[in-house]
Amino acid sequence: MKDPNQRIVITGIGLTAPNGDNLADFRRALLEKRSGVQPYEIRYVGKTFAGLCHFDANKYQKKKEVRRGTRAGSISIYCAHEALAAAGIDLETVDRTRIGVYIGITEHGNVETENEVHSLTTEYKSDVRFWSHHHNPRTVANNPAGEITINLKISGPHYTIGAACAAGNAGLIQGLQQIILGEVDIALAGGVSEAVRTFGIFASFKAQGALASGEDAATVSRPFDKARNGIVVSEGGAIYVLETLARAQGRGAKILGEIVGYAMNSDATDPVLPNPIRQAECMRAALKRAGMEPSDVDIVNAHATATSQGDIKECAAIREVFGEAEGVYVNNTKSYIGHAMGAAGALELAGNLPSFEDNIVHPTINVDDLDPECDLPGLVLNEPKQVDKVDVILNSSFGMLGINSAVIVAKFAE
Amino acid sequence: MQATEIPGVIIDIINTIAPDEDTTDIKSDVKLRDQLDLDSMDFLDIVMELRKRFGIEVPEEDYPKLASLDSCVEFLGPMLADK
Repeated sequence: MKDPNQRIVITGIGLTAPNGDNLADFRRALLEKRSGVQPYEIRYVGKTFAGLCHFDANKYQKKKEVRRGTRAGSISIYCAHEALAAAGIDLETVDRTRIGVYIGITEHGNVETENEVHSLTTEYKSDVRFWSHHHNPRTVANNPAGEITINLKISGPHYTIGAACAAGNAGLIQGLQQIILGEVDIALAGGVSEAVRTFGIFASFKAQGALASGEDAATVSRPFDKARNGIVVSEGGAIYVLETLARAQGRGAKILGEIVGYAMNSDATDPVLPNPIRQAECMRAALKRAGMEPSDVDIVNAHATATSQGDIKECAAIREVFGEAEGVYVNNTKSYIGHAMGAAGALELAGNLPSFEDNIVHPTINVDDLDPECDLPGLVLNEPKQVDKVDVILNSSFGMLGINSAVIVAKFAE
Repeated sequence: MQATEIPGVIIDIINTIAPDEDTTDIKSDVKLRDQLDLDSMDFLDIVMELRKRFGIEVPEEDYPKLASLDSCVEFLGPMLADK
């Protein structure tokens, strides 16, 4: 039996998604097939679509703090508070020097830099006397994690993990590792995204031919469908409370799942085009660490972003690892919320964890005409699927520069 | 601008940069930091707003002269007289 001081469990999750500001509401939206994508307009790009979150930023921050900080900081603070509350942790009763904050980000600083440059050049004739002194604290890469520590008076380590769209999982993995190393007792770990506020991300995807377009917001994000035409950019966040099993049991915490496997690797091939061989290697490495066979997995929550090539390549990787394994269901959460970038892995995994209790696999929506190249045996399309059991969930998240991640969470069992 | 208008301008700026604060009953002869939750970053914001709104520069060594509404009137009065 593995040492309970080396087993890392999830005891709380705080999240905000375009279709829900807590795990229960998010899960309900996924089972009721409610999209969170809406029409959106951003400077230079014009009319497009995006997934916007609707949480109350002033729930845990003063108005001044919201004004001074960043959107990524506000999302992080909201999620961190909600996660601690869900875990039943009162910070007055724990050693705040032994809490670490590890937040995955796809990028940070674009939003503030674009806004400042726009303002400086359009309003102030490029006179840098009008450049904000808030620029540096808002754009340093540790900003979202640092804002959490200031708001919650947490004095343990904090930093962000820059990992493109694998960042949510990378944050979880970092948190887990720091606990196992004995650096901290509790990790607030996951990922966030403020990407909808930077025109550059939309414009770059558009230039790449990878920005979703269409008429109907609710159906524009359509991974695996023949008519898919690109990514819907979204904001969001998901932060988990991680701790050892021994600690969680010692305080009688409810355990939402145990992280039993994980892996990260690199394509080492192309800045943009994914590499299914490396993706498959990543998933296999996570399974090996978990001591599991592919058939032990009940749900594969795919990364698929609804790009033409990306979905096909990922499906090839999933096919290579899972083949015809019975009882392995595959779904996708971006069909509801678009691509929440740095939050994606942690957020999408969170939306699937309630399957441990309800034994329902949420579907991939918006698949009217399945692309034959994405036709995997266990795909759950358009309607939720009641299954006999869900004991193991694997989430894959991949990102630019060829960064791959896989996290495996098991239903808790002694 | 008349000197009597200056307190209103400063309060309007504070309402913008520190929107949580209640500015309805500020004593003009008491330091702003003793009545409101303002820090050094807020004073940098006040200086920036004065620059943006009126094109005036407050040198760093003169920041203490923005301490209270009365001292703001005394210090800014001549600078804002023709604004």
